[in-house]
Amino acid sequence: MAPPEQGLEAVFIEVEVDDSIANDAELAKKLEEVCPVDIFADEDGHVAIVRSALDECVLCELCLEAAPDGAIRIKTLYDGTELVR
Amino acid sequence: MSVLLSEDFTFIVQGITGREAVNLTRECLDYGSKVVGGVTPGRKGRDVHGVPVFDTVEQVVDSLGYVPEGSVVTVPPAFTKDAVLEAIVRGIKLIVIVTERIPRRDVAQMVELANLRGARIIGPNCLGLIVPEVCKMGGIGGPAKDAAKAYTPGSIGVMSRSGGMTTEISSTLTAAGLGQSTAISIGGDAIIGSTYAELMPLFEADEQTQGIVIYTEPGGRMEAQLSEWVAENNSRLPIVAFMAGRFMDDEEMKGMSFGHAGTIVEGKEDTATEKIARLEAAGIPVVERIDEIPDAVKDNLGAKV
Amino acid sequence: MRFYEFESRRIVERAGIPVTKYGFCTSADQARQAAEDIGGPVVIKSQVLTGGRMKAGGVKFADTPDEAAEHAADILELEINGHMPKGVLVDPKAEVAQEYYASVVWDGTRKCPLMLFSDMGGIDIEEVAEKHPDHVGRGHLSNLVDPPDFRAKEVISHTGVTGSALTRATPILARLARLMRDYDMTLAEINPLAQLADGSFVALDAHMEMENEARPRQKALLDDLGIDPTDMRDPYEPSDFERNVKAIDSADHRGVIQGKDHGFSGNLGLVIGAGGGSLTLTDAVRSQGGKPGNYTEIGGNPSVAKACGLAKEVLKKDGVEKIAVMMSIVSNTRVDIVARGVIKACLELGKDPGETIAIFRIPGAWEEEGFKILERYGVESCDRSVSMWEAAGRAVAKIQGAADPDTPGREAEEVAG
Repeated sequence: MAPPEQGLEAVFIEVEVDDSIANDAELAKKLEEVCPVDIFADEDGHVAIVRSALDECVLCELCLEAAPDGAIRIKTLYDGTELVR
Repeated sequence: MSVLLSEDFTFIVQGITGREAVNLTRECLDYGSKVVGGVTPGRKGRDVHGVPVFDTVEQVVDSLGYVPEGSVVTVPPAFTKDAVLEAIVRGIKLIVIVTERIPRRDVAQMVELANLRGARIIGPNCLGLIVPEVCKMGGIGGPAKDAAKAYTPGSIGVMSRSGGMTTEISSTLTAAGLGQSTAISIGGDAIIGSTYAELMPLFEADEQTQGIVIYTEPGGRMEAQLSEWVAENNSRLPIVAFMAGRFMDDEEMKGMSFGHAGTIVEGKEDTATEKIARLEAAGIPVVERIDEIPDAVKDNLGAKV
Repeated sequence: MRFYEFESRRIVERAGIPVTKYGFCTSADQARQAAEDIGGPVVIKSQVLTGGRMKAGGVKFADTPDEAAEHAADILELEINGHMPKGVLVDPKAEVAQEYYASVVWDGTRKCPLMLFSDMGGIDIEEVAEKHPDHVGRGHLSNLVDPPDFRAKEVISHTGVTGSALTRATPILARLARLMRDYDMTLAEINPLAQLADGSFVALDAHMEMENEARPRQKALLDDLGIDPTDMRDPYEPSDFERNVKAIDSADHRGVIQGKDHGFSGNLGLVIGAGGGSLTLTDAVRSQGGKPGNYTEIGGNPSVAKACGLAKEVLKKDGVEKIAVMMSIVSNTRVDIVARGVIKACLELGKDPGETIAIFRIPGAWEEEGFKILERYGVESCDRSVSMWEAAGRAVAKIQGAADPDTPGREAEEVAG
């Protein structure tokens, strides 16, 4: 019998958001707007990551552009590097 | 010289603010093409990557002080005919229609009007055309640096019913040291603006072109038309063909449709095998593998390469 | 899309072409009633979207309403070429003086509609055209004006028809041309167009096909015929695989995927594109002894979810052991996104991507990033220097090597591995 299917998340991409901006309401709204694949959500003024969307990241870096330098890191798990400003 | 395009060729993009059009505009500009304006009704005053957007083709002409030579049309199928009619009536002579799924009746009307007004349509459902290192008109080859990888200047004219295969074939030729004079994605629909036979005279008149490669599929009579043209015209250009979709002849596949639209009833439809026989009878060898194309071309070109 | 005969009759009737007093019936009782209304001998015809009705016993004559009901009952249960009838047509048996042929089709070479007419109707027009060319009139139509009566008149006159037959048939052919245009038909055929004993003309059969691309703008006609927008009229019943792939495609607008497996039952699943590339790769696999489990086309720029969904459906098919992920050089499809999708499909099904993906050959946009991902998961990949043919060959060799434990190469692999 085939093993059961499982929906996997964050197999290829992980996004880390620094605590310092997690509660920046304006940034939360901006990030939700700019991400073309809906990784960022504005949850009552907090920056939330939609984990099920992480693997859709197209490495466009619009989030890195919108946030203060270093506050967001995009980790490409398949080669152990990360994108950061 | 090359076919249809040149360094100074100017064109607009109709539907320029759409997602695909924004990309293709960037790509063409990066490649060095002269994209001189765009049209999206209601969006006058904006710009896409620096290209000014207008409401009408008339406004583009007024603003430029001349009629652009071409247009790439990416407008959705329900509105394509209107956009193309506008381009034709305002004097644009080369129209590349990227849009797919346009009803045949509309395409036939656009093509007939274009003929009456001395304009030429490429497509629909195509990726446009490219003269390597000179001009890219449409999404063909993708971003400029990718297009530059696949396409290189040379003497082979390429015509293909599949956009992607135009690039695959050209890349194979490039890797073998055979550059392209002009590569044209002619479109995958049942009725298209310019068939192989209709484009042959243009290649014939182009000194740079020494040989032709075509990509073709089952469906339609374009290959029969090409074979007839070759027989009647004593062309100087040797042609090599590749046909995909031979598996469609098999019994299990009857009733299925694959690939592009093009099947029309006019006499009996050629099977892939019949088409191949017809081409070969006209002196057009049909290779079984894309990677066999360069050698076939070299054999046919002989001393000219 | 194809229309049933009863629908085609309705279409030509709407266009002002004379039809018989036919009845469309879905039960034996209705057929009895229709025969009574007609009040004479009738023909009962199965309404299926396939040919060969006569041969299969789907067309029967009845002299009485009871006989009509009997035949209808039989035919309603009769499967023809895998199709069950939607109903039966009950037609008055006509007193035919002469049968003609009339149709309007697209001429792809001349890029305009072509009218065809023959005074030898009721048989295969292609045969007539071949053996009796003088009996076939043809005429092309401009796309820019309404089909004029005089063109129909000319075409009919080419067959030698004159007199009242000419004047009666002319408006019928002209109306057929207009309906072909107005309703975006790819084929509008009446065979036979019968001239009855009293000199009048009537369409005894009608065959219409509409271009799928035009369906969105032909809602009014389709609604009038009671045809559901989701009724695709495919030549065969879609498989689970095909339906599932369609659902995945519809759920997400990013990129386009298509899957077919009618006639394919092999062990090598194909995750391939784009349109021309898919045809070329399928040929390449088969020519090198491979057995595809399916056909697919990937176009545009699909999301990871879409690519993953497609690959999973292919992997879940009975008999599929490995997949080959191959495309022609891509311009606007992201290689790394497709790589993520197919690898994820393996992982979600508990399979090892390196083992399950026989080859990955997609040159083009973001390929360097794609290679990083493929390397990390041990997937054999190749760049554009490896031709589509060769990539297909490698996939076939791999799956055959895996399947056949007696292959010398495999032993060496096991020893080395």
